[in-house]
Amino acid sequence: MDMFATILTVLDSTIRLSIPLLLACLAGLYSERAGIFDIGLEGKMLAGAFAAGAAAAVTGSAWMGLGGAVLVAVFLALVHGFASITHRGNQIVSGVAINFIAAGATVILGQAWFSQGGRTPSLGADGRFTAITLPFADALRGVPVIGPLYYEVISGHSLLVYVAFLMVPFTWWVLFRTRFGLRLRAVGENPAAVDTAGISVPWLRYRAVICTGILTGLAGTYLALSMNAGFVKDMTAGRGYIALAALIFAKWKPVPAMFACLLFGFLDALSIRLQGVSLPAVGIVPVQFMQALPYILTVILLAGFIGKAIPPKAGGQPYVKER
Amino acid sequence: MSAPYATLPRWADYGLIPLINLAVAFAVAGLVVLLVGESPIRAAGILIEGAFGRGQNIAYTLYYATSFIFTGLAVAVAFHCGLFNIGGEGQAYVGGLGVAIVCLSLDGTFPWWVNFPLAIVCAAAFGAAWAFIPALLQAKRGSHIVITTIMFNFIAASLMVYLLVGVLKPAGSMAPQTRTFLDGGQLPKLNWLIELFGGTIRSSPFNISFLLALLAAFLVWVLIWRTRLGYEIRTQGHSPKAARYAGIGEARIIVITMLISGALAGMMALNPIMGDQHRVQLDFVTGAGFVGIAVALMGRSHPAGIVPAAILFGVLYQGGAELAFEMPNISRDMIVIIQGLVILFAGALENMFRPQVQALFASISPRSVGVTAAKGEGG
Repeated sequence: MDMFATILTVLDSTIRLSIPLLLACLAGLYSERAGIFDIGLEGKMLAGAFAAGAAAAVTGSAWMGLGGAVLVAVFLALVHGFASITHRGNQIVSGVAINFIAAGATVILGQAWFSQGGRTPSLGADGRFTAITLPFADALRGVPVIGPLYYEVISGHSLLVYVAFLMVPFTWWVLFRTRFGLRLRAVGENPAAVDTAGISVPWLRYRAVICTGILTGLAGTYLALSMNAGFVKDMTAGRGYIALAALIFAKWKPVPAMFACLLFGFLDALSIRLQGVSLPAVGIVPVQFMQALPYILTVILLAGFIGKAIPPKAGGQPYVKER
Repeated sequence: MSAPYATLPRWADYGLIPLINLAVAFAVAGLVVLLVGESPIRAAGILIEGAFGRGQNIAYTLYYATSFIFTGLAVAVAFHCGLFNIGGEGQAYVGGLGVAIVCLSLDGTFPWWVNFPLAIVCAAAFGAAWAFIPALLQAKRGSHIVITTIMFNFIAASLMVYLLVGVLKPAGSMAPQTRTFLDGGQLPKLNWLIELFGGTIRSSPFNISFLLALLAAFLVWVLIWRTRLGYEIRTQGHSPKAARYAGIGEARIIVITMLISGALAGMMALNPIMGDQHRVQLDFVTGAGFVGIAVALMGRSHPAGIVPAAILFGVLYQGGAELAFEMPNISRDMIVIIQGLVILFAGALENMFRPQVQALFASISPRSVGVTAAKGEGG
């Protein structure tokens, strides 16, 4: 039973840790499918988390926090779009710039506005998206296996967790069952063909980066208002990059992206769980190794023991209209 | 790139456009200062005064610039090959390990001028080794080098913490750092160079690795523009297809370029470790690896541009430290914002003002921008 309880705890934290990855990964999906590489997921998420923390602290409302996060993340996404779509700049360089601007600005503004060393004030229950208990969770708790599984793992997360999982089929539907999705994918593969069909390539790509902004804003909100009670300096801790790795791992498809993010979340949960635990034959693994583990595994997975990942064909290339 | 950018005279291309971009970046940074509730003009004054006010300050500025020359060159070499080495931070961090090994084992045996070359080799080797795996994965498996080098930054940070709280820490000490090196692990200062020009210095970290940085800048210029390898690197960066057609081994050139890049980043560790602190401390790189990206973009990946760009960031670091005293709201993180803005405006948006500048040139002197030639009058 103890073993079962441990598994439940690990699965529960797997879900919680994979949500920011999942939202960021889906965010990247829209942008990269439209042919805009986005290394700046990290920065948008961080800025979103700061905006969420700041807005929720000032207004006391989690929903205002969410709105602020989405606004700020969309703004940064539009900066990325302006650089890479309108001015045909290098998309990687632009993304890196956004990461730095977000990393610096969140601390400077946080310190100037709240004077807590770059944090935002700690939030009460109203300012956060707290856990919600799904119907029948308490009633079913006594049922063996399924009951605890439902109660511990599936129920008891914040609203954003369920939104994130709903975004997976929604994204699939948008990309593969709507006209907008077809065009979005086309613009990432062959923008010239889209242009020939009389559809504006820049406008399509701008809409794609706006979708990216909205989702990274949600990811940031989750970090600041659900996982924590406010913004903390550098709280994304490389999650934007891991989300990007998950996206490559999932070959730019929504459902595999979910599984990739759950895998990374599971590894993260496991590494936290195993800190200070003595393993058979190995002994106590150094805590630094466990902290580095998600990054090491990302590299190993990226090394391509997964078959070849083929990115959208026009990804990273600015589109120049023929004249 | 086949994009139809307007042509400009060379001096405008390499001088005017970067200056305009830089000015815009600083204007936006000024807005952030306003947002924080301070006066940008006063802040700029304190910054300049803090960077150049006295001989002491100039020495500090050049000390910081030394680190940025190394990391800027590292990023630039990779740029020439079409690679984006974002891992300078981790490579420099691990390069510090190379310096530590030489200094900790030989500082009591040999004088500094024997240990210095050994430390250079070791720092470069460790930095290169840290770039090797991402390079190999890019070359052989097509893993995106931007992501793998970022991951290696995180891994380097964990590795160095592990070593600094473990084997590298002297017994009985609590601080996560190595013991202080003896005289054999300390580089001589260059303070006399500034005193020569009439500055006065009490103590400063400015040391001879500055000269090494200048030498490295020269050697990078020789490598990229005067050797066969450099030609191959530029060909690969300009057009991988052409490189393949010319029989240049893609995997080989990627790995070699990244090794050089990593070695340059690793050598940055000499400056703070052997030149100033005389021990390896936690986080001694303090973002210099990332500053290298901004420096390389601003310097247009040319050593002649990188050295002044590095000095400018030295000004920001040193002046920024003084600024943080005067205006507590503006901490070191302001540099990170400026860095990001410089990368944005000098890198991603480098062509934003080109059409306007060209229009201006065309109205003054059509010939200078090739307008007349296009109409068929010229040749």
